[in-house]
Amino acid sequence: MFKQKLLSQLNSVEEYERTPIPENKLKGWKSFIGMYAGEHTAGTEFVIGPLFVAHGVGALDLLLGLFIGNILAVFSWAFLTGPIAVKKRITLYFLLEKICGNRVTLVYNLINALMFCFLAGSMIAVSATAVGIPFDIAMPSLNDWLPNSIGWIVIVLIVGIVTTIVAMFGYNQISKFANIAAPWMIMVFIAAAVAVLPDLGVHSVSEFWTKANDVMWTGTPLEGQSKFSFWHVLFFAWFCNMAMHIGMADLSILRYAKKWYYGFSSATGMYLGHYIAWVASGILYSLFLLESSNSTEFAPGPVAYRAAGLAGAICVVIAGWTTANPTIYRAGLALQAIKPSWKTWKVTAIVGAITTSAALFPALVMKLLEFVALYGLLLMPMGAIIIMDIYILPKFNLQSNFSEYFKKNFNPSAALSWIITLLAALFFNIFFGVEVFFLGLPGWFVASLVYLISSKIIQQKLNIANGGAA
Amino acid sequence: MKNLIKVISYIGLGLTLVPAFLVFVGNIDLDSNKMLMLFGTIIWFVTAPIWMNKTE
Repeated sequence: MFKQKLLSQLNSVEEYERTPIPENKLKGWKSFIGMYAGEHTAGTEFVIGPLFVAHGVGALDLLLGLFIGNILAVFSWAFLTGPIAVKKRITLYFLLEKICGNRVTLVYNLINALMFCFLAGSMIAVSATAVGIPFDIAMPSLNDWLPNSIGWIVIVLIVGIVTTIVAMFGYNQISKFANIAAPWMIMVFIAAAVAVLPDLGVHSVSEFWTKANDVMWTGTPLEGQSKFSFWHVLFFAWFCNMAMHIGMADLSILRYAKKWYYGFSSATGMYLGHYIAWVASGILYSLFLLESSNSTEFAPGPVAYRAAGLAGAICVVIAGWTTANPTIYRAGLALQAIKPSWKTWKVTAIVGAITTSAALFPALVMKLLEFVALYGLLLMPMGAIIIMDIYILPKFNLQSNFSEYFKKNFNPSAALSWIITLLAALFFNIFFGVEVFFLGLPGWFVASLVYLISSKIIQQKLNIANGGAA
Repeated sequence: MKNLIKVISYIGLGLTLVPAFLVFVGNIDLDSNKMLMLFGTIIWFVTAPIWMNKTE
């Protein structure tokens, strides 16, 4: 009886993986505002804000760069992802299958899964810095790439194993817990930063700007760190979620939106998480630097504990955990899409093992800015391909949805576009020293142009071979 | 009943945030703030699951 009830409940779950969302399942503003606010106030925020400080960002560069970069990110969701999401109302994966074919989608899934593993790994490491506080373990420092103590390895393994076991039991309960934790986490970020302002010499609002320049964001990078400018901040804020907006991964979410302009609801995530939380965590880290005489130790747990006590340490654990957990689960799903007969829990266990192994290496946290930018860059070409396929190809009398129309499981134009874009990015990085943060924008134009030209050539050949039928 | 629990939850959130501003203006010390934040945290996590994520 119970088994039958459970099965009927499972069967009743309809996620519309391969059909457009029906009209009666569309959601209003409120769902997206809450979802974006929660999703972008996470464990990564405890790392990104401090890394800006470590890279010597100036106060004005930070506040202005974040303001403009986040506006551009919101516009990308609203004007690029939103309109396609409501026009097609299907997931990114299904759209990629139609355009690029199964084989390219499979590679996309593999890369996505690997990136998810590394992202989750960095969050397990962040949680470990808080869990390790009572055990007084040696925390990693900014220049550490390898694990620096047995204590660190043991704590990371414990956090990783617990996170993986919870992820193996599914996503729903974690998602609910993350929803509950989100508003509280935002409060902790703000409160922790405000409470330590007097220790930084700020006793009134009028003193803030002077201290912001002289003590918090001094414009001088820490030893061994590169110097970040206004442009680094702007492009990082714009492109840190590039895979989601320009790369179109959020089609899967915004396809539920009643109107295209619900993409603007991403502003809650950008300005609560990627503005206030980054500024707040930067303030906490600058206090740590002041009190430790610019120590290179980098551990969000003790920094939050110093400012907000147990609530701060709990916040770091929960923020890291609620980011790592669904990320491990999503990585498992991305891998499972390659071979659906694999059991979800087994795939999740394997993903968890990879993630936990990666988390042992502090480099993942210390290089989080570069990793996040690389993640966006790797998956961005798919977004360019989708835009060209939907809006531009028909204007040149070319066929959209290549794989579906020509019944081919491999779209050579998409593969060429992806490979050439990444090779061009690598070329500019190696030979011209262009940093990864700045490669996304020119990369988008390269991907678009290559897709357009190669589609023209390949579709012409196919039409000739098919006797002129288009 | 649900509304009362909601109010208690929001008081928990308030206890997490507001004391920090009292530290800033010099009315309480940082240790008291840490204690109040923990108290607010407990209230939030005990009461919020009762009404959040529930379908109307």
